[in-house]
Amino acid sequence: MTVEVSSLKELVEQASGTSGSPDTQEYFVNMGPQHPSTHGVLRLVLKLDGERVLRCIPVLGYIHRSIEKISEHMNYMNCVHLTDRMDYLSSIMNNWAVAKAVEEAAGIEVNDRIRYIRTIFAELERIQSHQLWWGVLGMDLGAFTPFLYGIRDREVLNDVMEETIGARLTMNYVLPGGLMADIHPNFVNRVKEFIKYFRPKLDEYDDLLTNNVIIQERLRNVGVLSAQTAVQYGATGPVLRGSGVAFDLRKDHPYGVYDQVDFEVPVGTVGDSWDRYWVRVEEMRQSLRIVEQLLDNIPPGDFLVKKLNSKIKLPEGRYYSQLETARGILGVFITSDKKDEPYRLHYRSPNFNNLWCLEPMIKGDYIASLIGAMSSLDLVIPDIDR
Amino acid sequence: MNLISTPLLAQADPASAGAAPSMERVPTVSERAAEALQHGIWGAAFYIVIGLVAVLIVVSVLGLVMSYIERKVAGHFQCRLGPMRVGPHGILQSLADGIKLLFKEGIEPGHGDKVIFIGAPIFSITATILLLAIVPVAPGIQVVDMNVGVVYIAAVSGIGVMGILMGGWSSDNKWSLLGAMRAGAQMISYEISLTIAILVVVMFSGTLRVSEIIESQQQGWWIWRGHGVAIVAFCLYLIASTAELNRTPFDLPEGESELTGGYHTEYSGLRFSFFFLAEFANLFVFSALATTFFLGGWLPFHIGDYEGFNRVMDILPPVISPLFWFGIKCTALIFLLMWFRWTFPRLRMDQLMRLEWKVLLPFGFANLILAATVVLTGLYFFPTAT
Repeated sequence: MTVEVSSLKELVEQASGTSGSPDTQEYFVNMGPQHPSTHGVLRLVLKLDGERVLRCIPVLGYIHRSIEKISEHMNYMNCVHLTDRMDYLSSIMNNWAVAKAVEEAAGIEVNDRIRYIRTIFAELERIQSHQLWWGVLGMDLGAFTPFLYGIRDREVLNDVMEETIGARLTMNYVLPGGLMADIHPNFVNRVKEFIKYFRPKLDEYDDLLTNNVIIQERLRNVGVLSAQTAVQYGATGPVLRGSGVAFDLRKDHPYGVYDQVDFEVPVGTVGDSWDRYWVRVEEMRQSLRIVEQLLDNIPPGDFLVKKLNSKIKLPEGRYYSQLETARGILGVFITSDKKDEPYRLHYRSPNFNNLWCLEPMIKGDYIASLIGAMSSLDLVIPDIDR
Repeated sequence: MNLISTPLLAQADPASAGAAPSMERVPTVSERAAEALQHGIWGAAFYIVIGLVAVLIVVSVLGLVMSYIERKVAGHFQCRLGPMRVGPHGILQSLADGIKLLFKEGIEPGHGDKVIFIGAPIFSITATILLLAIVPVAPGIQVVDMNVGVVYIAAVSGIGVMGILMGGWSSDNKWSLLGAMRAGAQMISYEISLTIAILVVVMFSGTLRVSEIIESQQQGWWIWRGHGVAIVAFCLYLIASTAELNRTPFDLPEGESELTGGYHTEYSGLRFSFFFLAEFANLFVFSALATTFFLGGWLPFHIGDYEGFNRVMDILPPVISPLFWFGIKCTALIFLLMWFRWTFPRLRMDQLMRLEWKVLLPFGFANLILAATVVLTGLYFFPTAT
């Protein structure tokens, strides 16, 4: 595999002044940083021939908040708060990733109750994230209504989680060594109500989008990502599974209580946008299944293993830990020099790798397909820049 | 010029004037103007001013009412209420928006072609006003009733695309240009299907004059009297007119999530509202024309010579009856088009073209030939009645 490195300036200069044929001319257009379909401040420089995308060059850095650098001056408890702002739709899973890394490094064992609650919340958040994605995909493809349907159901779930956590977006619930608070007494019942409410809604989702002929036309055989390319680019999560690689950390390297529940990992066959769509819709069903199995068996115990003061000191060394967020593998790499602050903290964020799959999957296709394919990647831009 | 000369031609043609003997012809505004012209210029001017003012009022009121209805319909489709704040149930919302648009700055792109840029929205709305002139609301409530009405409709509805092309071209914005080019390709393609669908009705009724097409449906609307052929034609008309109106699933020229607003990206204030007005007035016009051609215009629902049934349908007084029937049919069609818009996702450009040239057009031609056979053999319901 050869890697071709060229700057954006070189590319634009190469193209200007030279036109392939007398009647058509290739041109560059900026998609973003302000564009309705990039869902944030992602900038794509597109080289177009008519409506065909010849090249798609992501330009990053518009929402870089140096979370990793700031973390170097914070203790491990505080680092968790910043992770909410990375992939804001998987905030609990982001918290958990840091907590997991710190716990593994410091040798803190959490009790079963904590593990159960973490798993339930992670799955609820996965559903919530996919609900939003589902709506946004509809909107990207021109149907505005699914967006509000998705938001409507997400609202119900958000209310349930808000009751326990007190926040709706930057939830900040999981800490190294436990949880921020115990679950609300109503929590189990309300989640059960939600599951009862949401199961039929999933069929409604199918009626509105999945079985729609236009959606199928727009997604099938669009943005095909082969399993090999997906692995090469380091794609994870539904993007990788859509390409037919059945790799899910929840199954392959279980954490939490995923080894005690029965669920399936949906896997695509072709690797097109449709497969990624289907994988995510199916994941919502599987997440419901997981939550259902755990809900009645939450063991008693403390929500915090011991009252941790903020000074957790990790032994010197390098630690890596990863888990599956709604978008793929979030890895946390900690280099510790025996202080209570990390010497270096690096996040391997799923969206960053998934983003780069865009160019190989979309080359030569239409702008409209680019929108559909990008939507099927389910990018959250703050997670790319961090 | 047209306003005066065409009815004169029509009057000189005794065959067409005598084609509707069943009902006393109520002269249209332009016919009254032409008659008054023989006595002096001031009478004619009076009628012309009345006609123009009426059309202007209709256009602006349509814009206000339709945008309100659209938002309410959209709101209720999307599990929300729509505008609720300005006035009871938000009925003054569109008025407030209109006032806001009036006071907004009309921004012109720095390197754009100013003359074309300013002219484009005017072009757009002119086409709509010209079309409105021929819409038969009730006997006599029609500005012009020319003998080549259908040809006029086909010709004038093509002007609208010019406004869009001009707007996109002069905006000095690649997204606008893309939108404009899409609009050009789309509207020119779908005009063919639209005209073919209307031709079926022209063959059934044997006239190009709009009011006579309505009169020919005294025994029943063409959509059921012409059985299968007319229903296919009606479906073709609906699809093609949705495309002509640039509404979802054919809203590619705007393509909000792809082209950030398409041809009217650079427009603001009153100029934008002209495009907006034209769009909503067009929605009314195309529904009104569908009503005219397929659903019997202002005529009540009749079944051939079933006296009893017809008398029940004629129960409304003759002044209200046409307005009621026209209104109810037109509203139903507008609602249907809004239903489309808030349910379907958007097609891709190549799929759109394939749909027209490979599906609708062959179907349309086959249907036309079939319709000709049906008309020749008199195989439709109540053929002798007209």
